[in-house]
Amino acid sequence: MKRNVLPGLHLSLGITLFYVGLIVVLPLSALVFKAASLGPAEYWSIVSSPRAVASYRVTAFSALIATLFNLVFGLALAWVLTRYRFPGRRIIDAMVDLPFALPTAVAGISLTALFSSNGWFGSVLSEAGIKVAYTPIGIMIAMCFTSLPFIVRTVQPVLEDLDPALEEAAQSLGGSDWTIFRKVILPLLTPALLAGLSLSFARSLGEFGAIIFIAGNQPMSTEITALLIFIRLEEYDYQAAAAIASVLLLTAFAMLAVTNWLQSRALRYTVKG
Amino acid sequence: MKRLLILGTALAALVAGPVFAQQPTKLLNASYDVARELFAAENEAFIKQNPGINIDQSHAGTSKQARAIVEGLDADVVTFNQVTDIDFLVKQGFVSKDWQKAFPNSASPFYSFPSFLVRAGNPKNIKDWNDLARDDVKVVFPNPKTSGNARYTYLAAVAYAREVFKGDEEKVEAFVKKIFDNVPVFDTGGRAATTTFVERETGDVLITFEAETRGIAKQYGKDKVESVIPSVSLLAEFPVAVVDKVAKKRGSEELSKKYLDFLYSEQGQRIAAEFGHRVLNEKVVAEFKNEFPQIRLVKVDDVFGGWDKIQKEHFASGGTLDKLYGSR
Repeated sequence: MKRNVLPGLHLSLGITLFYVGLIVVLPLSALVFKAASLGPAEYWSIVSSPRAVASYRVTAFSALIATLFNLVFGLALAWVLTRYRFPGRRIIDAMVDLPFALPTAVAGISLTALFSSNGWFGSVLSEAGIKVAYTPIGIMIAMCFTSLPFIVRTVQPVLEDLDPALEEAAQSLGGSDWTIFRKVILPLLTPALLAGLSLSFARSLGEFGAIIFIAGNQPMSTEITALLIFIRLEEYDYQAAAAIASVLLLTAFAMLAVTNWLQSRALRYTVKG
Repeated sequence: MKRLLILGTALAALVAGPVFAQQPTKLLNASYDVARELFAAENEAFIKQNPGINIDQSHAGTSKQARAIVEGLDADVVTFNQVTDIDFLVKQGFVSKDWQKAFPNSASPFYSFPSFLVRAGNPKNIKDWNDLARDDVKVVFPNPKTSGNARYTYLAAVAYAREVFKGDEEKVEAFVKKIFDNVPVFDTGGRAATTTFVERETGDVLITFEAETRGIAKQYGKDKVESVIPSVSLLAEFPVAVVDKVAKKRGSEELSKKYLDFLYSEQGQRIAAEFGHRVLNEKVVAEFKNEFPQIRLVKVDDVFGGWDKIQKEHFASGGTLDKLYGSR
């Protein structure tokens, strides 16, 4: 029998499969079975109804904007936290994780209180003619809040491990700061950024608690897909709920798969380069 | 040997457990969101009358509660704000078919109706349902798809419009659609809508049960909000039922019935009236006469021909409700 450096493959693989099956695959297959009990035509008419499509549009568009926003500011945040030492750095570092710990409904209620037209931010913004609470902008802000840690926490360790010698070499060869960032740092960061991006996007797609408080929840304009699923459940329509949920699930899964593939390509590129 | 004895005793206790459970001392009341304080008070009074009894409360949207019971929440009794959610339990075999005959007044110990709450001084001069369809009025009520409370609001608006437009359905639909167009935000439950209106200062009028508008007016004071009662509204029932399947299993049938009967007793009714509900007991009605202004209430059965019909025509996916607010 061939001995591995790390013993216990059979046992640990068994545990892994059992655990993933029990915790992830089983509930998801229950969902798929519920949706599968619909005929294809019925399934299609549910998932392609104008209201469902409008909710996908609202959800996906807001998730995209929130993710891009976090990509820029999450990267800046990770950059500052790893590259500089200043008083209070550890506190800020710890605060980045708060959206993970906070019940999202609490986040939603606090954000609504801040951004409603009599709130601290909202009162200033509404004088400038910008309405946030109960509009699509509110949805984006809630998504930004709940998905921020994903980008920061995936980029941070890579930034920390970045070899300063690479930058020094580039500098000594006369590269400008921008060139160094673009040609040396960014390629190394790309896989981590992609991972953070896909996680952040997937999380935004499924977010419910934080959003329903700040969104207007108007069908066709500010109704997110997760709320539509909730509404179908309230109507005791389990199958329709499962059908719409399966669309979200597939989208998130496809998104993760694509970024995984891009990531492996990017990794190959950086290793070769 | 000693260990065996302990094991035997433990086993015996396990077997005997269900026998002792014939006399349960604990009930679970599954109820709707905004009734938390009401039932906390009712339970306290009931426990005082029946020492040694404990009543647990569970509150959420009633459709959610009904689903939870079917999925295993062991509630002995339900106190809901929608007949349709008890009907769902009937269909699933948890409540007996003739539950409405088990208690007086179609098993509804008190009632209320959709009513208005406006800002202090009523700056937009909102008096009746037709004011809600004005261009300059923003209306706040929760999502009828997720809140029983808002279903009554929707139905009351339809009932009013049917009277005004003498049954011209096209005009009725246009009228109700205008009201929906005036809603800036659909919260998922009654309490969330209250927060939106009172705390976030969104909208000109909040529509919710009279019981709730009275509570808010009392809590926030006359200088912030005041309640307005429309010319006509829809009678909202608060149906109660013993969850027979659970009660049989737990042997709590008798206690459950006693608990629900208490809601009809003079004391139970007085507590409900104190929480702003209109009640049946004549003595209590007379006591609170000055607090509850007269209003003409129409009934679901008279205007809409029963809940089954409403469910099919209005609330089912693709029904009138979807047409009115889903088409934007």
